[in-house]
Amino acid sequence: MLKKRIIPCLDIKNGRTVKGVNFVNIRDAGDPVELGELYAQQGADELVFLDITATNEGRKTFIELVTDIARHLNIPFTVGGGISSVDDVAPLLQAGADKVSVNSSAVRRPGLINELVNAFGTQCIVVAIDARHMESQWIVHTHGGSKPTDKELFSWAQGVEERGAGEILFTSMDHDGTKGGFAIEALKRMSDELTIPIIASGGAGEMEHFEEVFTQSGVDAALAASIFHFKEIGIPDLKQYLNDKNIAVR
Amino acid sequence: MRIAIIKYNAGNTQSVIFALNRLGIEPLLTRDFEEIQKADKVIFPGVGEASSTMKHLKELKLDQLIPSLKQPVLGICLGQQLMCKHSEENDTKCLGIFDQEVKKFIPSDHEKVPHMGWNDLVDKRGSLMDNLPNDDVYFVHSYYVPLNNYTCATAEYIIPFSAAMHRDNFYAVQFHPEKSGLQGQQMIKNFIEL
Repeated sequence: MLKKRIIPCLDIKNGRTVKGVNFVNIRDAGDPVELGELYAQQGADELVFLDITATNEGRKTFIELVTDIARHLNIPFTVGGGISSVDDVAPLLQAGADKVSVNSSAVRRPGLINELVNAFGTQCIVVAIDARHMESQWIVHTHGGSKPTDKELFSWAQGVEERGAGEILFTSMDHDGTKGGFAIEALKRMSDELTIPIIASGGAGEMEHFEEVFTQSGVDAALAASIFHFKEIGIPDLKQYLNDKNIAVR
Repeated sequence: MRIAIIKYNAGNTQSVIFALNRLGIEPLLTRDFEEIQKADKVIFPGVGEASSTMKHLKELKLDQLIPSLKQPVLGICLGQQLMCKHSEENDTKCLGIFDQEVKKFIPSDHEKVPHMGWNDLVDKRGSLMDNLPNDDVYFVHSYYVPLNNYTCATAEYIIPFSAAMHRDNFYAVQFHPEKSGLQGQQMIKNFIEL
């Protein structure tokens, strides 16, 4: 039986793990190589590393970091941030990444998804979508959630699937950093409408939130950051909890 | 111990190299016929799309070399699929080491495609599957090889399919041992020690 996945996410800025609340107020959360290895040992099913540095120097550091992480990691890992062409992806895969995640650049130029899928295969391409609920619609945002777009969440998600992406990582900006639970309704609708796997992100604060998102929305994986980095929830405890609730986990 | 990894346009070769490094082995990434033939073991990795990959293998004449190899050969993921006779993925003629047809998963109401994540191995047979600490391995694929006489481990997703196969010196796995934690590491060790 396919297991539900628990995915810690590490936002990387200048070689350090950072985490903000509602996409702002960023604070330091530790060494990404150490954290990555620790999470893998604790039973994380996958890891996501997002580069949120904007400088070339920061980018170089990030690629070196990906190599260092890959050397130590025996579980799959996705990297994202700063990818806007096929040429940006090859160095990341050569560094040992298994999948890449694109966000703003795919919204700006959706054909990028097709190009990446043709070059590296469906299994390699994750499309991250950040959205906020505004005036009865979910509106896609880019640039770390700072810019609203003219795209509506569910039609964009459908387009992403049609272009061949292997997976969608959906972050509700309304829920991110609040620790009040995932955006269950939106996730359920997305999961029902699409045939590719969905990773839920934004809002995890308690173990019950993971149970809710798996039983009520049908998503395949749940992602969280600060609750793991600041040791509010341990991955082994979370796996045990879900197992006790009859949710299949590794 | 000389381990050759076949070098072509496959994506995640680096993950396979790092997995071998963790076992203390420095593999050779090569497309040189002589180096591949001289190796003690050969790994045929693969992620990507079947028809473009077969085209690339043909250009390098690796489509002739791989089936002729005599030492243990391990195909991973797309590597397993390409070792079959034919794939439904863009109607592709493959290497024909396993006389099997590769089929596409049809998504069900609750089961998405690709099959992505950790799933159990059942009905395990043969030395590749020895001493595994548990049965969870990492899969990511949209096409599968049905159960057949060569199947040496089964996984179930939408339908039961071949998670691993073995024929003579050829071994093939649909999952990614290089990304399957300690189980995967043990399996790679088993292959190296064949």
